[in-house]
Amino acid sequence: MSLLLIPLLGGGLLAVFGSRRWAAELNSLMSFFTFAASVVLTVRVVESGPQVAFNEQFFIDQFNVFLVALTAFVAFTTSLFSRPYMRIEQHHGKLSTGMLHLYYSMYQLFTFAMLVALTTNNMGIVWVAMEAATLTTVLLVSLYRTPASLEAAWKYFILCGVGIALALFGTILLYFAAERVLGQGGTALLWTHLNQVKGDLEPTVLKLAFIFLLVGYGTKVGLVPLHSWLPDAHAEGPTPVSAVLSGLLLNVALCAVVRSKVLVDGSLGTHFAGNLMMGFGLLSVLVAAFSLFRQKDIKRMFAYSSIEHMGLITFAFGMGGPVATFAGMLHMTVHSLTKSAIFFAVGHAVQKVGTQQMDSIRGLLQVSPTVGWGLALGTFAILGMPPFGVFASEFLIITTAMHEYPWATPILLISLGVAFAAIFGKVQPIVFGETTAKQLPHSPALVPVFAHLLLVLMLGLYMPPYLADWYRQAAALLG
Amino acid sequence: MQIPYTLQFINLLAALLLLIAFAMLAQRRILSLINLFAWQGALLAVSTFIVAYSTNQHHLYYSAGLTLLLKVLLLPWLLHRLINRLNVRWDVETLINIPTTMLVGIALVIFSFNLAAPISQLAEGITRGLIGIALASVLLSLLMMLTRRKAVSQVVAFLALENGLFFAATSATQGMPLVVELGIALDVLVATFIFGVFFFQIRETFDSLDITHMEKLKDD
Repeated sequence: MSLLLIPLLGGGLLAVFGSRRWAAELNSLMSFFTFAASVVLTVRVVESGPQVAFNEQFFIDQFNVFLVALTAFVAFTTSLFSRPYMRIEQHHGKLSTGMLHLYYSMYQLFTFAMLVALTTNNMGIVWVAMEAATLTTVLLVSLYRTPASLEAAWKYFILCGVGIALALFGTILLYFAAERVLGQGGTALLWTHLNQVKGDLEPTVLKLAFIFLLVGYGTKVGLVPLHSWLPDAHAEGPTPVSAVLSGLLLNVALCAVVRSKVLVDGSLGTHFAGNLMMGFGLLSVLVAAFSLFRQKDIKRMFAYSSIEHMGLITFAFGMGGPVATFAGMLHMTVHSLTKSAIFFAVGHAVQKVGTQQMDSIRGLLQVSPTVGWGLALGTFAILGMPPFGVFASEFLIITTAMHEYPWATPILLISLGVAFAAIFGKVQPIVFGETTAKQLPHSPALVPVFAHLLLVLMLGLYMPPYLADWYRQAAALLG
Repeated sequence: MQIPYTLQFINLLAALLLLIAFAMLAQRRILSLINLFAWQGALLAVSTFIVAYSTNQHHLYYSAGLTLLLKVLLLPWLLHRLINRLNVRWDVETLINIPTTMLVGIALVIFSFNLAAPISQLAEGITRGLIGIALASVLLSLLMMLTRRKAVSQVVAFLALENGLFFAATSATQGMPLVVELGIALDVLVATFIFGVFFFQIRETFDSLDITHMEKLKDD
């Protein structure tokens, strides 16, 4: 369980040493250790199957270990990116040393909270960890202390606070149903136990519980109509925070929803939970795609694109079945990698120009070909162009939808088309054309951008058989 | 059928809880709002204690003690200190249309009783009908968050919401596992601290704790 201890320790260390010069390196080092621990854990789980630890309080199977590895990897690359990024922000006078101190310690604690939410077996602790993740990121979103960032953080805090309170009510109802089967005490909220007896749980209670859980955690996933905090928080927070919010936190919240869905559909014996998720997913895809046109701020635009993709993933998990679930997980992976790569590139581009307004960012290729190409390729990838991995997963999702729910296909295709037109039309002049950009005081970190894009490209062209096997096992677990 | 005294007492407390939720909805003074919140916490502690006594569950004694400590003493004390430091102790909020808010509140109560009806039928013993009340007080606190314009009262509403949830947990399920309850308590405490930090930042930036100033972020 060194996986959890390392970020906690990192949080502690950085709380003490966060204002030293080498805090950024320490941050990356801790994140690297976390990533290494997650790799070890992954190998163990893939070799010997699901495991429980610590009195069954933690539970790792193929599904969450894949998210653990993804979370630890992106957290590591983001910490690499944030080192020069934050130095440049400091150089520009936007951040003080005290703020950086806060940033580094909160970053580690945020990783810790996400990993706890992923690995815990206790549905109550899932809630506690999600709330903790919200609390740590609230401080990160308001890091710049500008009026806009305070407003965004307040909105985020209140909306997610309320949403997550509803999820707690759902958890209480779940416990209420479970305690009649499993009896009083600690085991009645453990997912592994619940999963064994899911057929005996009271269907009416679980139905209501799932509605609360979906609305609650759905607020954090950014499902329409509960998404309004997401663009604000992404646009006003520091870019590394936007990258981890978009690439990781949304996934973690969705993982909680998927876990409850397995229980509820098992109890009801119908497709009730799946249908609800499909409905919310489709609505999110549609609304987000059409909102993309109105965006002027580049980070806001990519935040809406995150809503669109989370909607797509929710839809895929809602459809259920081995293929759709496989596609959902693949899409989760490639979306996290691509979107965080885009945010890295966007972050440096914004620093070069000094504004997030897309009208004023022009001709990135002239000043810095690497940032320009990073952004251009990332945009291609996120829009689902072959040969990137996003294409493969979107293709799988749409073909499954054609088979199972033909009526949903036109909605998906139209939304993806609209999103393509909106984003491509806006990013194209940003990358090409006459330049407005300046040189930066520290050289930007572009290794993470291209590392992510390379992985996405690889997943699109060739998926190693062991990886496919692993995903297939996980999909089988979720049913 | 003779209803045991403990159950009658819990029902009485639940009714009082709902009454306080309505009182908070209509209360304009921030100071009184915080006092009402403390009273709500006290009711919660007493009802948890009674549930613990009647069902003989030891861990519920701990959580009753925790409630007393956290929600009756610590959080109200923190909030009092905050409003003193922020100089908003005697602030009176202008609330638009209290009668309408109350009517909406009543509609919410009826709605939540309807929603909880099938669940209440499943509950045995002392818990019947309490889920409806718990859900109603959760929804009333939500309504309060929507109608308030001051940051402090929104936070009190947030904490009252958590009280309603806690009541649901103790009355309907006889308490969540202790680990979970401890975690929730920790989260609430940290949240209050962060809210406190926020109040100062907001006032420094906007010269007021009125969140109507914070409606600048729009899509275009």
